[in-house]
Amino acid sequence: MGARSNPNDGAHTAMTEPANSSLYAAREPIFPRDVKGKFRRLKWAILAVTLGIYYITPWIRWDRGPELPDQAVLVDLANRRLYWFWIEIWPHEFYFVAGLLIMAGLGLFLFTSALGRVWCGYACPQTVWTDLFLLVERKVEGDRNNQLRLLKSKWTFQKIRLRLTKWTLWMLIAIATGGAWVFYFADAPTLLKDLFTLQAAPVAYSTVAILTATTFVLGGFMREQVCIYMCPWPRIQGAMMDDDTLTVAYRDWRGEPRGKARKKQDATPELVGDCVDCNACVNVCPVGIDIRDGQQMECITCALCIDACDEIMERLGRERGLIDYLALSDEGRERDGQPPRSAWFHVFRLRTMLYSVAWALCGIILLYALFIRPAIDITVAPVRNPQFVTLSDGGIRNAYDIRLRNKHGDARAFAFQLVADETMTLRLEGEDDLEVVVPADETALQRVYVIAPADSGPAQADRTDLRFWVEDTLSGERVYEDSLFNGKGTQ
Amino acid sequence: MANDPSEHDPVTGTETTGHDWDGITELNTPLPRWWLWTLYLTIIWGIGYTIAYPAWPMISGATKGVLGYSTRAEVAEDIARVDAQNSEISAVLASADLSTLTRDDPAYQFGVSGGAAVFRANCSQCHGAGAAGAVGYPNLLDDAWLWGGTLDEIEYTVRHGIRNDQDDDAHWSEMPAFGEIFSEEEIAMTTDYVLSLSGQDHDATMAEQGAVLFAENCAACHGDAGLGDPSVGAPNLADAIWLYGGTRSDVEYSIINARFGVMPAWGLRLSEEDVKAVTLYVHQLGGGQ
Repeated sequence: MGARSNPNDGAHTAMTEPANSSLYAAREPIFPRDVKGKFRRLKWAILAVTLGIYYITPWIRWDRGPELPDQAVLVDLANRRLYWFWIEIWPHEFYFVAGLLIMAGLGLFLFTSALGRVWCGYACPQTVWTDLFLLVERKVEGDRNNQLRLLKSKWTFQKIRLRLTKWTLWMLIAIATGGAWVFYFADAPTLLKDLFTLQAAPVAYSTVAILTATTFVLGGFMREQVCIYMCPWPRIQGAMMDDDTLTVAYRDWRGEPRGKARKKQDATPELVGDCVDCNACVNVCPVGIDIRDGQQMECITCALCIDACDEIMERLGRERGLIDYLALSDEGRERDGQPPRSAWFHVFRLRTMLYSVAWALCGIILLYALFIRPAIDITVAPVRNPQFVTLSDGGIRNAYDIRLRNKHGDARAFAFQLVADETMTLRLEGEDDLEVVVPADETALQRVYVIAPADSGPAQADRTDLRFWVEDTLSGERVYEDSLFNGKGTQ
Repeated sequence: MANDPSEHDPVTGTETTGHDWDGITELNTPLPRWWLWTLYLTIIWGIGYTIAYPAWPMISGATKGVLGYSTRAEVAEDIARVDAQNSEISAVLASADLSTLTRDDPAYQFGVSGGAAVFRANCSQCHGAGAAGAVGYPNLLDDAWLWGGTLDEIEYTVRHGIRNDQDDDAHWSEMPAFGEIFSEEEIAMTTDYVLSLSGQDHDATMAEQGAVLFAENCAACHGDAGLGDPSVGAPNLADAIWLYGGTRSDVEYSIINARFGVMPAWGLRLSEEDVKAVTLYVHQLGGGQ
């Protein structure tokens, strides 16, 4: 633009814009009307199940023996352990968590390519908690029309009372939400007692406070703004949908031209479609859009407009499904008067199958890794400063730091064995025999010495292979690790 | 160039900003107002933060911040807190009798861990980070000890040192420089005998004559069989370990010039618990008796 003479002249004048075209816009308050129907029932069920899981899980007990926590699901950050019922994850096994995250990602790909933003509409915490907050709002202030009236009314005692009641209930839900979160990170009954007696750690209170604040603000006031402006996932999802993705859509070829039912009786069917322009779909929408305008970035496919429209269609004695789960590839067929293909046709296609296979493979690998992992584990670190030590009788000694992991809930004795040139001997620092006791669920570091006599082959050679076996003397479980012995030839 | 800002884009129906470059029209999709407030809020927060915490670079250092926070003070606080936590076990270690301290005792574990740090800071310069020593500086990993390798002996050596002027209780012994006493031939004979003690290549006739010289001049400290004597710090000449090298020329050099290894008295420099900690650490490196 630099080559032109003052090219922005016009633009500058255009900057002085009329007030109605500001670059910023205030949030339009949305008051979704209550609705009944199969999707609403499904959403209530999912809400009950997900919230139930969230609140109840930390209180499930699981006996792991006297020295381990008895909480079924526990993220023990201080001791670096992750407990999930019968599974215990140590930090060096964190790949299980990475694997689960990959599965979660692939699962989202699968569901998005099959059913669009089904995660957003049904299972996302933002949607679930917003639904809960909306429920409270309706119980306190009444349905959509009452809420609209209350918004416009002056600050009377009645309004203050209703607002305070609503905010208090929201706040209680928010505190319960933030409160439940911290129970995943400490023994829940103890922490609950500590929280109330002001004995809990400051980080527990600050976590509860932050999550309370975000729940209260995001669920009560930000709502659809979170999905539209803050969440990155909807942007990614756009790239995962295709023509066969089932998503919430309006059959405009059936509904248009829209008109009032009263007029329809006088009109010819060719001129007036099934849509009676009752705005039910708009009034129930939690993100404040009109689905009849087509697929929109704001739509979280919660399907409540389907319920709302079906209710009206039924009342008018017309076919349901004016708003429905539709695939773009069926639009042409339907316009030609053919029936849409079945949902299964759209769901089972190469893309979703590949996602399913990848997802299942990931799961199988994780399960396999889970079942073959031993309950004891060793890591051998050769001490290489110095490479070896010459003893007074001319023998050559190498040292190894062996880390022993006992994942059992009780102390175990570990027996060492060396498999190498038979002239070599094994000795443990600080022990008279070849056994070490490792406390329950702990790691022990043991220095071991391997000694080759003065004139033996390994003492003279450069390097000799050797293998350490470690056996759990109680269960007989054995693990090994290979290492090297440095002789004089190393010099 | 600029159109009427109230004009609407024909495709989307969205209002335009009135900006138009080469036929590309900018649509006005308003940003939420709260987003703008969030931006202002972060700016205010940012300014407040730089006032509260050390931030702005000045000529002689950065602004201190009104909260008086400094990472240095935080580290000092952390150290003080850990010291306070350890004060009890430190006291136990300082007054412990090391030879009766069991490995399961928390004070033992504390001593070994702390001793490793003491060793790195004070001993590794001569004995090496891995305690393998160097020529003239004993290897602490092997089973040969000039002044004894029990816990009590190591503790004594650490505390009082060797051949130093600071501590009257320091280990002391001095080998004469035989270059001024022996003839060249006598030195060669003695060298051959010393080499024979550890089974190295030597001239048997020379060694036989050297044996006589050894018995008269060296055995008092190194013993009749050359096995050494820890009470005077005389090294064992019959084993495979040589502090100053075990080749013919090394041995000859040692006989002619003698050796005089010195170690500071760490009891004068380190705290009581540090002396004991480093003793425990050295003892469990593989050679402790």
